[in-house]
Parts: sequence; C-alpha cells; structure tokens
Amino acid sequence: MTDNDPIARQIEAIYESESRRVLATLIRLLGDFDRAEEALHDAVRAALEQWPRDGVPANPRAWLVSTGRFKAIDGLRRQKRFDPLEAIGDPAEVPSTDPLAWADEESVEDDRLRLIFTCCHPALSPDAQIALTLREVCGLTTEEIARAFLTPASTLAQRIVRAKGKIRDARIPYQVPQREELAERLDAVLRVIYLVFNEGYAASSGTSVVRHDLAAEAIRLGRLLVELLPEPEGMGLLALMLLHESRRAARMSDEGDVILLDEQDRTLWDRGQIAEGVHLVERALRSRRVGPYALQAAIAALHAEAATPADTDWGEVVGLYDVLIRVEPSPVVELNRAVAVAMRDGPAAGLRLIDAIVDRGDLKDYRLLHAARADLYRRLGRVEDAHAAYARALSLTRQEPERRFLERRMREVGRA
Amino acid sequence: MKYLCLVYLEAQKMRAVPDTECMACGDGLRGRGVLVAAEALQPVETATTVRVRGGRATITDGPFAETKEQLAGFYLVDAANLDEALEIAAKIPPAREGSVEVRPVRQLEA
Repeated sequence: MTDNDPIARQIEAIYESESRRVLATLIRLLGDFDRAEEALHDAVRAALEQWPRDGVPANPRAWLVSTGRFKAIDGLRRQKRFDPLEAIGDPAEVPSTDPLAWADEESVEDDRLRLIFTCCHPALSPDAQIALTLREVCGLTTEEIARAFLTPASTLAQRIVRAKGKIRDARIPYQVPQREELAERLDAVLRVIYLVFNEGYAASSGTSVVRHDLAAEAIRLGRLLVELLPEPEGMGLLALMLLHESRRAARMSDEGDVILLDEQDRTLWDRGQIAEGVHLVERALRSRRVGPYALQAAIAALHAEAATPADTDWGEVVGLYDVLIRVEPSPVVELNRAVAVAMRDGPAAGLRLIDAIVDRGDLKDYRLLHAARADLYRRLGRVEDAHAAYARALSLTRQEPERRFLERRMREVGRA
Repeated sequence: MKYLCLVYLEAQKMRAVPDTECMACGDGLRGRGVLVAAEALQPVETATTVRVRGGRATITDGPFAETKEQLAGFYLVDAANLDEALEIAAKIPPAREGSVEVRPVRQLEA
C-alpha cells in the first residue's frame, strides 16, 4: 500500500479522527485499557486488509468498535482454552450484524468523557495523570510524551504501565463522576490540561518545537472537554489558554529575549484566538458560577482588548483581582493585584502592597516579586533600590531569556 | 476477643511465602474456628490515600507520606469500585486525624 492509494489515505484519515473514540468505547466494552488497545490494533489491521477489497463501511467507527470487540472476546476465549469448535466462525464476518449497537453518537461521547475522567483520577499521581491523558485521550506516543517532558522514554512507559495497573487492580471505575463530586473531579481534569499547557508555553525558548506542541495539545483537550461538558470553569480555562497563546508571536524577540506585555507589538497578537477567548469568557461569566480560571481569563481578556497598554482598563483589572483573591487567596495573586494597582494609582501605591506581602514573610524568594519591585523603584527614580532588587531577582532566576531581560533592565537603570 | 494480625513485609518479599502455604494457614485457623477475616493485600503501588481536613476530602496516589504514621486498625469493606471505597473511607472518623489507606485485596492463587 502506498501513500498515493486513496483507500489507504482514507483509512488513515478515519484512524486520525476516530481512533480515540473507538478506544474509549472499547475500554468500556472490554473493561481493560491494554485489552482495548490491542483490540483497536487488531481492528485497524482487519480494516487495512478488508476495506481495500470490500470498500469502506458506511459507519467505519461502529465497524472498528465491533470488530475490535469481537477480536478481543475471541482472543479471551482462546486464552481460556474454550472448545475450538465453539468458537464463532470467521471474526471478520460478524461486524456487519449489528454495527450501530456499540457505537451510537451519545454513548461514544460519554465514553470519551469517561476516558478523560479516568485518566485524571486523583488516585493516580499527577505525573501519571498527565502521561496517561496524553497517551490515551490525545493519542500521543510514549516517545512523543517523553521528548516533550524531557523524560527518558523508559520512565514514561513505566509510569503509564503502572497507572494502567492501578486502574485495573484497584478497580478505578470507568465513569463520569456523580453530580456531587463532579466539580472537584473536574478541577483535577482542568489541572492536568493547564499543566500540559504551561509545560508547552513556558518552554517556548526557541529550541523546542515539540514542547510548543504541548500548548496546542492542551488547547485541543480544552476544546474537547468544553464540547463534551460545557462547564464554566472548562470554558474559563480554554479561554485563558487561547488568550495566552494569542501572544506567542509577540512575547519573544527574534534573539529569544523576553518582551513584557506593555512592550509587545500588539499587531502580532492572534485576533482569531483573542475573539474566541473573549467569547468563552463572556459565556463563563454569564453562568454566574465564576471560578478562578474564568476570572484569570477575564483579566487576560482585558489586556487582549486594549489597543495600547495605556488603554488597559486597570480599574477593572484590579476589580477582577479583588474577586480572584476572594475565590482563591494566594500571595501570587496578591502580587499581580499590586502590579495592577501600581498601574492604576501609581508605583508608590503598588510598592506599599508588595512590601506588605514581604513583611508578612511571603514570596521572599520569588523572583517575579523582586523583578516587579525593581520595576516600581525604577519608575520612582529610586535607582539604588531598583539595582538591588534586580540583583536579587537575577540571583533567583534560572531561565536564560529571563536573565538577559533582567540584566538589560539593570543596565538601563544604571547606578546612582 | 478478636485480634487483627497485620503482615508487614519488605517489597521484594511480598511473594516470598507461597500462596498455597497462606491458604493452608488460613484453612487451619478457620478449621479451629478462630478466623474472622484474612486477606492478602495488593502491593503498595495500588494504594490511594484519603484525608479529610475542614470537612473536605483530598485524595492522593500512594500510601501515606508521613513515615511517622503507622497502621492503627482496618475496616474491610465491600465496594463496587475504588470511588465507592474512597467515599466510605472518607467517612471513617480517624481520617480527620490521620489517614486511611485504601488497598484492593489480592485473590490467592491456588
């Protein structure tokens, strides 16, 4: 079979669009991840043999599900040394009997949700949740995940094997959580998606296209989740990722240097992603069940909608941070609020708030606090203090582009 | 009076004693009418920990992290799956003070 073969291309396209759905349904029908993966494999092999000869079936997904299921059950019977005479005829003939029974639209979509919630079950370690989600839900190979996370492939493979072993042996159920526990379990899913996104987003320091793909993969996952389960926080997270991602082209110079929000060329921002993000934020906020992701996305949307830094509605930004601090109190959110207050009321007001955080003993070794403080000192003309704060931030940073940025700022401030 | 006998073994010795010997031991005790319940546990990789703080249950992979903690008792529950077992475990009062490790039992192989 060659790449020019239209049937081969068609099968490949069907595999691309259907394999994860088929797998999710096979896991439900067969009750085991490994068995389902093997069944998917067998079904695809059968398709490659039969479809070029007999034509592509009307419902390829249902065909793959029932063929996979049949082959797995047949295999189990053989394993258990059933009387070979009792084995049902030619496996390939059976799928045509009732292909739709296993794979109607609604149960297939439910199966995809079941798969997501099972892969992100809190009884699995966070590392395992991420690896399993990328492997089973997104269909990345173990090698691809290992490369993206800069982890040896053997470590990753072992992590996935162990997670599947726990799902099987501890009997983690293949189900969408009940209403009363849905919110908490959804948080776990959102956390996995956001971790994947940040892994890709933070790593955009030129070298790694593979890692950048993680951000795209996280956005794909976010879209899938919102489509299957339109909860406000899912929309909020998807919006937040899209709004961050929209600035990708503007946040790094050709030389790989960091460009802060207020210095970015806003014509480079991706308008399509911004429009989608803003629309999702509005949907999430209308639900009146506003959570931390939707609030962070709303803040990102205010930045995205300002034509210039001076046009930013800082009063509104501060207001959203006030709500965010109530919903999810954290010193880092307080720091971000302090920076917004500095933009609204001047650097001295922001500095007072940052000092209050440090006086309380929080974020003492957080490089971004010292960088923010240095910037406010700089704007107040307190050169000596600015210099010391940049030096402190530099001593805490490990990322090369960030280091170059701080050194540049330090030179610009000069010495008193 | 009942007694609970907890078996602690190093990881590499989990299967050091043949299952058939364990079964014979259990049969012997049952024959004497002294056995209430006895199960072999799956290895520690299959464990999940539940803690309740401020009325909220948090669930983490693996056994309890604090090595100071030690086993204080056990409940044998029959649940449909891990989620139901975790829900029951979160209701056990000591979960507020310490932690409850939920471990599936392993069928002895004859």
